[in-house]
Amino acid sequence: MADDRLLFDYLLRLGDSPLVLAQRLGEWVGKGPIVEEDMALTNVGLDLIGQARLWLSYAGEVEARFAPAPRDEDQLAFLRDAGAFRNLLIVEQPNGNFADTIARQFLFDAWHLLALRGLSASRDSRIAEIAAKAAKEASYHVERSGDWIVRLGDGTEESHAKMQAALDGLWMYTGEMFAPDTTELALIDAGIACDLRLLAAPWRAHVDAWFAAATLKVPGEVWMQGGGGRGGKQGIHTEHLGRLLAEMQFLQRAYPGAQW
Amino acid sequence: MSNEWPLWEIFIRSQHGLAHKHVGSLHASDAAMAIKNARDVYTRRNEGVSIWAVRSADIVASSPGDKEALFEPAASKVYRHPTFFPMPDEVKHL
Repeated sequence: MADDRLLFDYLLRLGDSPLVLAQRLGEWVGKGPIVEEDMALTNVGLDLIGQARLWLSYAGEVEARFAPAPRDEDQLAFLRDAGAFRNLLIVEQPNGNFADTIARQFLFDAWHLLALRGLSASRDSRIAEIAAKAAKEASYHVERSGDWIVRLGDGTEESHAKMQAALDGLWMYTGEMFAPDTTELALIDAGIACDLRLLAAPWRAHVDAWFAAATLKVPGEVWMQGGGGRGGKQGIHTEHLGRLLAEMQFLQRAYPGAQW
Repeated sequence: MSNEWPLWEIFIRSQHGLAHKHVGSLHASDAAMAIKNARDVYTRRNEGVSIWAVRSADIVASSPGDKEALFEPAASKVYRHPTFFPMPDEVKHL
């Protein structure tokens, strides 16, 4: 049986990425380019919050097996500091313009769907069930963000330039998605975690195909942020996460235990 | 040229319904986007299993001014309702 501490850490990784990305998407509420897109971005955000809840409540149950004071999903979401978050660096990057948001979504969605499909075969049945449910939502997210990549990439000169700039800027955060650390390696060996190394080729094929359709250039080799076991999954974040959490956690910090 | 995206009328078939029903309208740059937007705007609460989108400009409507000529003549012709025929009791489900 895998170490519960490792499993807990891994579940935080699975839950924190959708949670943080959902918070970012929520920042678009009332500011979307059109009301239809405003709702669509929020729908994706709500899907991700639902997924985060499932992962984090399972994390809380696992924590109860070894910690004297285990936390529930809300405590994990609203009372942890930035250093204890385990999300990927890409999801905490600011919304920027609409192209930046779409680029972040596209690169993440493509990875997310592959990861969830991998996790559907996890030996941990709870993980497999959550992943199978989430994969249905993610497959729509993939379709939506790919659609926008083509519309903006193959759109006007200005939209093409903005889309390319957005992708070039975020590319350095994609390396972390495919680099397992010791926690993940141990859980991959146990048949619980998804082997991230196997996702790199299909992810790249997906990205290449959509970039080609969108007349966008795949960025060249760049130095990848968060590699070498020092990235978001290990709690080493960019400056942006702290500010995001300050807003997201404000209520519970200012009024501990508040409910409505 | 207008910068506004064209308007689309959205029809949704619900879980139990046989026919698509008009639910509202939205803006989209083309048909594919109209379907996606309709999914996000009009099926968030599990309303539907099928979506139709029609360009609003493609809908031909009767003129409100023609109301009298078109519809009033039917008002005095109750015999067009099939309620004047006595039906035998053995015939069910009519």
